[in-house]
Amino acid sequence: MKMRKLQFHPCGSFQTSYQQELTIFGTDFGRLWLGIGLLFLFGVIPFISSPYTLYILNSIGIYAIAAIGLNLLIGYTGQISLGHGAFFGVGAYTAAILATRGGVPFLLTVPIAGIVSAAVGMVFGLPSARLKHLYLCIATLAGQFIIEYVLVQWEGLTGGAEGLVVPSANLFGLDLGDDRAFFYVIFICFVLMALIAVNLIRTKIGRAFIAIRDNDRAAEGMGIPIFPYKLLSFAISSFYAGFAGALFAYYTMAITPEPFNLGLSIEYIAMIIIGGLGSIPGSIFGTVFIVGLNELLSHITEYLMNVGSSTGVALTIAPLREFVYGLAIVLFIIFEPKGLAEVWRIVRSNFRLWPFSY
Amino acid sequence: MEFFLQLLVNGISLGFLYALSALGFVMIFKSSSVLNFAHGELMAIGAFLFLALSAWADLPIILAFVLTLAGSFTLGFILEKFFLRPLIGEALIQVIMLTLGLALMFRGLLLFIFGGDIHDYPKFLPEALSLKWGAIQIPSVYVAAFIIGILFLILFGLFFKYSSQGIYMRSVADNQPAALSLGVHVRRVFALSWAIAALVCAMSGIVLGIINGINVHELSAIGLKVFPVVILGGLDSIGGAILGGIIIGLLETFTGGYVSSSLREIIPYIVLIFILMVKPYGLFGLVEIERV
Repeated sequence: MKMRKLQFHPCGSFQTSYQQELTIFGTDFGRLWLGIGLLFLFGVIPFISSPYTLYILNSIGIYAIAAIGLNLLIGYTGQISLGHGAFFGVGAYTAAILATRGGVPFLLTVPIAGIVSAAVGMVFGLPSARLKHLYLCIATLAGQFIIEYVLVQWEGLTGGAEGLVVPSANLFGLDLGDDRAFFYVIFICFVLMALIAVNLIRTKIGRAFIAIRDNDRAAEGMGIPIFPYKLLSFAISSFYAGFAGALFAYYTMAITPEPFNLGLSIEYIAMIIIGGLGSIPGSIFGTVFIVGLNELLSHITEYLMNVGSSTGVALTIAPLREFVYGLAIVLFIIFEPKGLAEVWRIVRSNFRLWPFSY
Repeated sequence: MEFFLQLLVNGISLGFLYALSALGFVMIFKSSSVLNFAHGELMAIGAFLFLALSAWADLPIILAFVLTLAGSFTLGFILEKFFLRPLIGEALIQVIMLTLGLALMFRGLLLFIFGGDIHDYPKFLPEALSLKWGAIQIPSVYVAAFIIGILFLILFGLFFKYSSQGIYMRSVADNQPAALSLGVHVRRVFALSWAIAALVCAMSGIVLGIINGINVHELSAIGLKVFPVVILGGLDSIGGAILGGIIIGLLETFTGGYVSSSLREIIPYIVLIFILMVKPYGLFGLVEIERV
């Protein structure tokens, strides 16, 4: 039996075939670290975290799934969507309605929610995907407002502004109501969805997406049917949003139309811009950054409120949060347009090439 | 019938406001093909600047107005210089995201300084300007908005058609490398078009503020409603923006009057989707034909 040669980080680019360039793990080291990371994630973290940390991690997991979907659309296909928050909401409502009205089990509602979101997404993508990206951006903006309106106004189905109460998730008779049990659900889904996304990029479909992003005219010239692929990308991205939305509905257990507004859509875009367009790990970094920023800001405002109540200066969170978000987006676009993923790459290669980094 | 006529008049007046606020947007799009998502916030900045100068600093109205326009002009210049210029040649998404980020920043700042309440200007328009025709009344602000709208339409038309700067702007929008090679100072054109657009935004912000009172949330919502207007009229057509504005305004008031008031807010966006399906380049937009 021939021993496979272990691969370590090369100090340059020595790839000689496309296979090598397309591998997910360039080195065995990466594979090892991912294994260790997953073990740590599933074996250690749920048991050492406080409920508050667990809550933050769960939010990160849910948002990261949707952010990965948005990155497939914006980062890989180059189409801009301003309605991701609404599609997330469609998923949440689909799951909630199926669970409360139809008694459909958890295992089915989540994928169905994804499919419904994808279908709704395609309705808005249909008119615009045949045009250049400006128009998809505007059409999804319209989609955002129309979906918000439907969620509030269709009271018979969605419960209107009061929303719906979702029963806790139940899998094979196992109650998944508490944070730790749901942590496993979220992160198993997260790992699976991330894996699917990473692999999707390496297939024919993924290459077509990238070709369309880089130059749509050239892509068409090479025989890639642009319209079906744009629509497919949009459907996949909405599927991810709906899937994550369904998990969100089960996790929060009560949903109202309020969180699924334009602000959420912009938050998602901020996540992938800050994390790095066209990078799956980037979407995760961005989610961690934004969720962390949110928590930090609410702590700061809480602190300021306490100070303010004694000095008489009132401060609300909303303006501060919007300002900091905006600032973060602007700074990243001007100074590091490739996002945190690029920062991470630079830091890593600095370590790898140290002390001869030239 | 009277109800109908009143709705018609209201719709046209509202439409003129939309048209007026769409002008600045079309201006930027025409010269640099940037979709400006900070449009509503630019209007809000102008409106609040005018409020601060006229009501709080107690300057005479004319002086406050001129100072506001000058301030907005400078703001547009600064925006272009420090935020948009580094992105010349970058992907469109970066530029769009940048304007979104700027919008958030401005909104946060304005909310921080002025709060989310509705503020009012002191009354300064003469009552004599209002029109009365049978039972139908047109308040003086609408008449003022109408006059300003027409005035700017003519001014912009002339500017783009005859002035050398206007022609430079059109050339840059049409083909940047070609304009560069013919000696057009592209950066100056960009800076100027942002400055002028910010000025127009400020003006429409002030007019909107006179009519409805100024509120950050409302103005930024109107900034987004510019999209149905310009898509309907054609993204790069000023005449189209005026007509699109009036159509959207009429649609809104008639839906509000005859169907339901909650549908009113959403009808422009439904129309937008419909227009994209049927006539994506709008009524007067330039049809781009690309063949491989």
